[in-house]
Amino acid sequence: MNVTFTDEELAFRDEVKSFFENDFPQDILEKQNRSVALSREDMVRWHKVMYRRGWAAPNWPTEYGGTGWSTVQKYIFADEQARANAPAFLPFGVSMVGPIIYTYGNDAQKQRFLPDILEFNTWWCQGYSEAGAGSDLASLKTRADLDGDHYVVNGSKTWTTLAQYADWIFCLVRTNTDVARRQEGISFLLIDMNSPGISIKPILLLDGEHEVNEVHFDNVRVPSENLVGEEGKGWTYGKVLLQHERTGIAGVSGSRYALQRLRKQAGKAVRGAEPLAGNPTFMRKLAATEVELKALEYTELRTLASVASGKAPGPESSILKIAGTELRQQVDSLCVEAAGYYALPYVRDQYTMDSPDSERIGEGAETNSSLTYFNNRKVSIFGGSNEIQKNIIAKHVLGL
Amino acid sequence: MDLSLNEMQLMLADSVEKFIANDYDFETRQKYAESRTGFSLPVWQTFAELGWTTVTIGEKDGGFGGGPVDLMVIMERLGRGLVVEPFLSNIVLAAGILGRAGSNEQKSRWLAAITGGELQAGLAFVEPSAGYEINSVQTTATRESGGWVLNGAKAYVLNGGSAEMILVPARTSGQRLERDGITLFAIDASSKGLTIRDYATVDGQRAAEILLDQVNVADDQVIGEVGKGFDSLNSAINDATLAVCAEAVGIMTVLTEKTIEYSKNRVQFGVPISSFQSLQHRMVDMYTACEQSRSLLMWAAMALADDSDEAERAVHSIKYQVGIAGKHIGEEAVQIHGGMGVTWELDVAHYFKRLTAIGIQFGNADWHLDRLAAMPG
Repeated sequence: MNVTFTDEELAFRDEVKSFFENDFPQDILEKQNRSVALSREDMVRWHKVMYRRGWAAPNWPTEYGGTGWSTVQKYIFADEQARANAPAFLPFGVSMVGPIIYTYGNDAQKQRFLPDILEFNTWWCQGYSEAGAGSDLASLKTRADLDGDHYVVNGSKTWTTLAQYADWIFCLVRTNTDVARRQEGISFLLIDMNSPGISIKPILLLDGEHEVNEVHFDNVRVPSENLVGEEGKGWTYGKVLLQHERTGIAGVSGSRYALQRLRKQAGKAVRGAEPLAGNPTFMRKLAATEVELKALEYTELRTLASVASGKAPGPESSILKIAGTELRQQVDSLCVEAAGYYALPYVRDQYTMDSPDSERIGEGAETNSSLTYFNNRKVSIFGGSNEIQKNIIAKHVLGL
Repeated sequence: MDLSLNEMQLMLADSVEKFIANDYDFETRQKYAESRTGFSLPVWQTFAELGWTTVTIGEKDGGFGGGPVDLMVIMERLGRGLVVEPFLSNIVLAAGILGRAGSNEQKSRWLAAITGGELQAGLAFVEPSAGYEINSVQTTATRESGGWVLNGAKAYVLNGGSAEMILVPARTSGQRLERDGITLFAIDASSKGLTIRDYATVDGQRAAEILLDQVNVADDQVIGEVGKGFDSLNSAINDATLAVCAEAVGIMTVLTEKTIEYSKNRVQFGVPISSFQSLQHRMVDMYTACEQSRSLLMWAAMALADDSDEAERAVHSIKYQVGIAGKHIGEEAVQIHGGMGVTWELDVAHYFKRLTAIGIQFGNADWHLDRLAAMPG
């Protein structure tokens, strides 16, 4: 029983570490470290850097331009990415629609879409949730009716992340209402965001950011060649996709480095007579959170070791999403506590690169803590809320 | 990266599991627990015959040279069977200290007899006002006429009533909490001036309060160097902490399984209570707490095995986790079993009581969290 890496894996880790230290755009890391939001151009640029390095798709097989990395290599890469405080891959293209296209799409679709996803020439967004279809996703109502060689799409999607930047949207749509089970009439459709009849309405989140949108479809004509796989099988494909989303969602590395930064900050930030690190109540909470982090790390390693040895992930992997998101929220909450009054300024203009440090109210890491805390309330809601996750574990793992 | 058990560990696990399945059902356990000694000597001697008692003993001392991971494998299974035989006090504590600090002569006098199942032993690691501080030693050992004279009291000596030899930490120099100045003595239970008050504990085990009044001890009964007993005491307690945490993970696994099973069979309002979402989510929480504990346990076992820089942090972390998760799972298992959960008849209550005792042994959750909070990052 050991969690040591082989010499090859250690060499790989050095290579990744060196990449983030030397070859990754340092101005983007600087923005990350100063809690400055990345622009669309920033995001496209760094994804293209990854493409040129050959690392645009850690999870894809090599035949489609992926890295073909082992499970352990993917783990090491994600860990170094988080350690460098580099942004995470936008999941919609590379993690979500890409695998659906290369698994269920036809050759024409693979040739048309995969290279652009890899090179980040197209920005994708996800059209699943609707106003009346959240946790109960199968109740979705957006319709796609066949008219000659086109589908005509009508309805609305919501919570669509960064749709304002997107070139394409992948949607679950209803193609048949005359079915025994609601899940059977759902299809997986790729839609050009420039199609006539699509309109976007921003939704501001509680931190004031324009992160998500409503996307409305009014008689949008979509070529039937944009249907992925078989009509009526979209639910099955979408479920596979949600599983992709679920493993990535634990975010252990992100929480680990956030907690390490918090520990450093607690040693510096004086509260009253001494640094926060001298406050036993706070330090006990920090220590308890570190224990939870370690437990999650080893639960993830158990899953990793199982997959790396060619076995299926064990049942313990089912708890990663819940435990991971709860931990993330706990870390965020501690950061707010650590910031004290400095969690309160809501001065969004200061989170730009040309705002000099001397004119800032408080340090970015502190004043941004409450916005991060507010924003990350989403993590226990999206990708199947944690209550839905518990239903799934109860049914499929515990057999209840 | 490999988190699976090796061949020897799988055989060991299989051996313990088979024994419990065939020879150690709950009624049998209760019979042993309620006996005068609180365990079955023949069963203990079977453990020795099966080789379990020498798994963690060094090769030069006639054992298999196994480490913390092997200890974890045994203890988790003993936990599942709710076994009361004194593996912890004999093997992890007493043999653990003799193996670390005993001379060859002392090992041949006691160690082989303990692992052979012929000698019962214990370690007196708790004083009445020490709380969880093993370095809080007020029992004194004074130099007199070529030997030592011990005076003091110990509160909770596991297996103390059956023990024929008790290892007693006593202060030969220094102040109450000083690590320096603690010396370990191997004392014959029949020594003049030694009073042993054997008592039952809530978890179906037995312990003893001991009083030392002018107990004479010879030089060849000093284990290790005079005044330097703390390190081996501390190491044995760390192993014992890991051991009870592994036992707790075994118990938490059983309680979670039993609760799931019960909920599927218990019908109320015309349906199995497992169909109620409020209960489903609580059982998912039990399962999660159990698996997170298992993950930390593996970290701690590996950290102790490698003697890594993280070993101390890992032991504090797993004991804190087991304290919190054990209480949660134990209480929930009783609650979801309803009225049956609070009866003496059902095994669930006895698993719960053992978890509660483990929560206290070698420091409760708060004590370990305090240690973690005070550690540099």
